[in-house]
Amino acid sequence: MSVADIQEVITRAHREEWARMVAALTRRFGDLDIAEEAAAEAFATAVGRWPADGVPANPGAWLTTTANRKAIDRIRRENKRDDKQKEARLLYDDDPSGPLDAIDDDRLRLIFTCCHPALALETRVALTLRMVGGLTVPEIARAFLVQEAAMGQRITRAKAKIKTARIPYRVPSTEDLPGRVSGVLAVLFLVFNEGYLATGPDTDPVRHELTAEAIRLTRLIRALLPQDGEVAGLLALMLLTEARRTARVSAGGELVTLDEQDRGAWDAALVAEGHRLVRERLAAGVAPGRYQILAAINAVHTSARDIRDTDWSQIVALYDQLVRVDPSPIVVLNRAVAIAELDGPEVALAAVDRLADRLAGYHAYHATRADLLRRLGRSQQSRAAYDKAIELAGNTAETAYLTRRRDQLGRARDSAADGDRRRTEE
Amino acid sequence: MQYLVSVIHDGAGLATPDEMAAIDAFNDRLQAEGHWVFAGGLGSPSTATVIDNRGGEALFTDGPFVESKEYLAGFWVMAAPDLDVALKLAAEGSKHCNRKVEVRPFL
Repeated sequence: MSVADIQEVITRAHREEWARMVAALTRRFGDLDIAEEAAAEAFATAVGRWPADGVPANPGAWLTTTANRKAIDRIRRENKRDDKQKEARLLYDDDPSGPLDAIDDDRLRLIFTCCHPALALETRVALTLRMVGGLTVPEIARAFLVQEAAMGQRITRAKAKIKTARIPYRVPSTEDLPGRVSGVLAVLFLVFNEGYLATGPDTDPVRHELTAEAIRLTRLIRALLPQDGEVAGLLALMLLTEARRTARVSAGGELVTLDEQDRGAWDAALVAEGHRLVRERLAAGVAPGRYQILAAINAVHTSARDIRDTDWSQIVALYDQLVRVDPSPIVVLNRAVAIAELDGPEVALAAVDRLADRLAGYHAYHATRADLLRRLGRSQQSRAAYDKAIELAGNTAETAYLTRRRDQLGRARDSAADGDRRRTEE
Repeated sequence: MQYLVSVIHDGAGLATPDEMAAIDAFNDRLQAEGHWVFAGGLGSPSTATVIDNRGGEALFTDGPFVESKEYLAGFWVMAAPDLDVALKLAAEGSKHCNRKVEVRPFL
């Protein structure tokens, strides 16, 4: 096996085993910090040993055993409480491969602990990405545009608070569950989005392990709360988005927008499952929340065999409903994209321009403007908007797409300043 | 596991008779349910004296160690198996005493 092959095996094992390992280690040793460190050391050991010794027959079992040893070593080293040590030794002899239910349960415990309301939202997201998603601290720091040291500190502080204040490692009681679930959904949606539109110049444009993990965890929550409309809505939204994943990035690593996607390449099974969930929520007859409306919008998109068959008036109606639930400028921006199809780019551009104050730092605002200006034949201004969007976009596929679109614009050599001057002259 | 639930006073005036009655009722419940360790109300910060005896001779300073609009007006020490239980009790406590509270674990 070549070094590259071994690297690939380790990467896959990391994706598949990390959350399960951390969750099981946390249950066994009652300490997130020990669990995280032991899991990380097990992978570091694999990186050191597997190239020379070869990949073990069952990488997951090898990693689990190694992580357990690392955890016990650390507990011994630190000379922790006697009972902890005994417990550790006893549990070490356990069969590491428990039944699937126990594994799922462990992961749910882990995620509810990481998403505890006594932690700040950004801390919950960071902790979930580290402990459940297995992202490294530098990756998380990059995703949220904070210094690596600050992110490391945030995670360390959170682990210390969980331990010292004794945030319990368990799935909340039935009466607390609904409130706790909406906090978890917010975190899972952020994780999904980071996978769907990964940031960072050295990152794959789509990190399937993050979208898949977010979906897996949302499915678990759904199994736990089958009646919760927003859980079903978020799952449907993720499935209908995930269904388009492979069609969304070209072989050359460029973003393919919805209107240019090969709809035959969409995952029909995921689309069908998403549609089923949306219909189930419609049948429930309960006023939908944000995720359910977003899922319904995606259901309309994925119902059209061709972009020209898209029911834009239905989509605009759903966005109107969404604005009432969530009047954020990003929702208004997305509504404007639908308005462009229904009422034309001129009307849409007017709506988009009203968001300038609030969205000037958001790449999608500039990308949307650029596209509308292009459709209106205002190449100069379109170019300036593309420049700004490219500057702000963090996703490699999106940057590639925006760059191509910009370079396809008529005049190639006009500067942004030129464009600005011309705009004032218009 | 024990938690300190500090009552943060951020307005004017002490607890009203209604608030006192609500606090008493809540304390009875804490005792009945086995969460009670200790509780008490405190005199205002102007009644505080700060002492520093690190230098061999005790130094007394009139007033609180930090002047602030928000100050500790009282506290509970509660027994709870974990933070979830402590947070629920503290939320009840906040409602009964009509003040913000802060929860901190004892080490």
